[in-house]
Amino acid sequence: MAERRFEVARLPGFATVAVATFVMLYLPIATLVTFSFNAGSSIAVWEGFSLHWYADAWNNQAVKDATVRSLVIAVWAAMISTTVATLAALGTTRRAAFKGETFIYVAINQPLMVPEIVTAVALMILFGMVKVATGYQGLGYLILAHSAFCIPFAYLPIRARLEGMDLSLESAAADLYASPWQTFRFVTLPLLGPGILAGAMLAFVISLDDVIITEFVKSGGQDTLPTYMLGQMRRTMTPEVNAISTALLALTVVLLTAFFLLTRKKG
Amino acid sequence: MTEAVTIEARNAVKAFGQGEHVVRALDDVSIQIRKGEFFTLLGPSGCGKTTLLRLIAGFEMPTSGTILLDGADITDLPPNKRPVNTVFQSYALFPHLTVAENVGFGLTMQGRPKAEVSKRVAEMLALVKLEPMAGRKVSQLSGGQQQRVALARALAPQPKVLLLDEPLSALDLKLRKEMQVELKRLQTETGITFIFVTHDQEEALTMSDRIGVMSAGKLQQVGSPRDIYTRPVNRFVASFIGETNFLPATVVPGGVRLSTGDVVEVATTRPGAVTLTVRPEQVRIVAAGEAGAIAARVKFLVYFGTDTHCHLDLSDGTEVVARVQSPASGEAGIVEGSTVGIRFAPGAAQVLED
Repeated sequence: MAERRFEVARLPGFATVAVATFVMLYLPIATLVTFSFNAGSSIAVWEGFSLHWYADAWNNQAVKDATVRSLVIAVWAAMISTTVATLAALGTTRRAAFKGETFIYVAINQPLMVPEIVTAVALMILFGMVKVATGYQGLGYLILAHSAFCIPFAYLPIRARLEGMDLSLESAAADLYASPWQTFRFVTLPLLGPGILAGAMLAFVISLDDVIITEFVKSGGQDTLPTYMLGQMRRTMTPEVNAISTALLALTVVLLTAFFLLTRKKG
Repeated sequence: MTEAVTIEARNAVKAFGQGEHVVRALDDVSIQIRKGEFFTLLGPSGCGKTTLLRLIAGFEMPTSGTILLDGADITDLPPNKRPVNTVFQSYALFPHLTVAENVGFGLTMQGRPKAEVSKRVAEMLALVKLEPMAGRKVSQLSGGQQQRVALARALAPQPKVLLLDEPLSALDLKLRKEMQVELKRLQTETGITFIFVTHDQEEALTMSDRIGVMSAGKLQQVGSPRDIYTRPVNRFVASFIGETNFLPATVVPGGVRLSTGDVVEVATTRPGAVTLTVRPEQVRIVAAGEAGAIAARVKFLVYFGTDTHCHLDLSDGTEVVARVQSPASGEAGIVEGSTVGIRFAPGAAQVLED
């Protein structure tokens, strides 16, 4: 090649650093996945291949309950946060520039900036007062809390999609006799679809994975899968935890792959 | 063509910005566009032509003034309530719909029966010669084909007025020439009033029934292409459309006296100091000293193939350009540095109104 460019790959030690980074990132996960198939009850000593920890987890009523609870909360949180985020994204991109725009962005993305533990304590105190006042003890608190911190995750891909959309498409629809509602229904929404789906999936994964806020907000017997696993640490750890983690990992990888496929630019 | 007025703007003003930064994109424009005509709004970018188009479409509200359609005030109607359709500069085709769905969009939104929509879509696709493309996505079409889809989509609901916002600017020269012919054909076949926005004076001259020349938010002149070209009212119109010569002059009985002292016969109602304009192709080169001819010296010649531009100096240094047919150059004895006489073709010289 005639042109000599600066290439990071040619620097001494590049390969070493790259390999070390990948090992640090993926070796723990590989170990976790490997020991989920351990025949013995140790999470550190290999005693042969078996699927029985998956079967154990599957038949464990506490795991089943926590899984269902996690999924219910994640589905609700994804739906609520995506709806709110879609409205917020429309509100911040489909209007003329206004004073305080930056403030609105900061407000919407607040959960990304405030330390999660602070939000967790604040919600515990507030919901505690509501619980006393109303007597309601259900999953609503967790759903509400999850919905709130999922909003920025849903908001970002939706807003990115809206900003990439040609405004003249909506003008064209209005010009062709579409009412504002029809314009939204037949032009904006279909074009926004992939962004909304991507936002919903991201929100779902974020909700599924949450420990800190859930731990503080949940009432007795409201363990989600992550808080159930945290609880297991107080007892003897068995590869059952590995099996649950591996299943969770598989689900997340599938969803994030779908998210990537939906948000990448069409080539 | 009837004289009935389709679109009328009365004292339309559109101001952007606030306080000291107010820009009048449209400054008190009044215009009447007749039913069934091909009307072109011509002007440089930023002259307000697109703003006027957006007021007619309903995308913008005038700061003051009214827009009328067939005599009825439509100033406050939103775009979806106006029987006016637009061909956008960027085409703005819906990427998630097929060609046929794009063309049928307006009719569907109007709630027309499905059978009528599909019949009309087929007609429109035939009109723009795109029947085989009906089921394609718009991203699978070439620029010229997308342009045709945009036209078919805007024409399908049979609007009273079709607005075209520089629709040919994204096409290459050859395609642009084809589309000019195509647009003129569509306008004749459908009989719909076309309001066409462009900054290309040649496009305006070849396609329009009438042209409105705009500059700095104001309408400078409205007239047929021939009117605009041969009788420009001011310096802006004269220089924006084609090339021209400007000669300072003073009004005298029966004509004007040039700064060289020569008198040119021309009708004018204005007194005092004026500007005389004459197109280069209307300047005749004659033998030096011929009676009534203005003395000039040939500064240099520029060869253009079919014709040659002769840059001449009058006795007081005023520059005049004459365009002569190329074969004549040698025969007429036009050589750089020689002294000749010039005459203006009868009726060709005009006194500008301001």
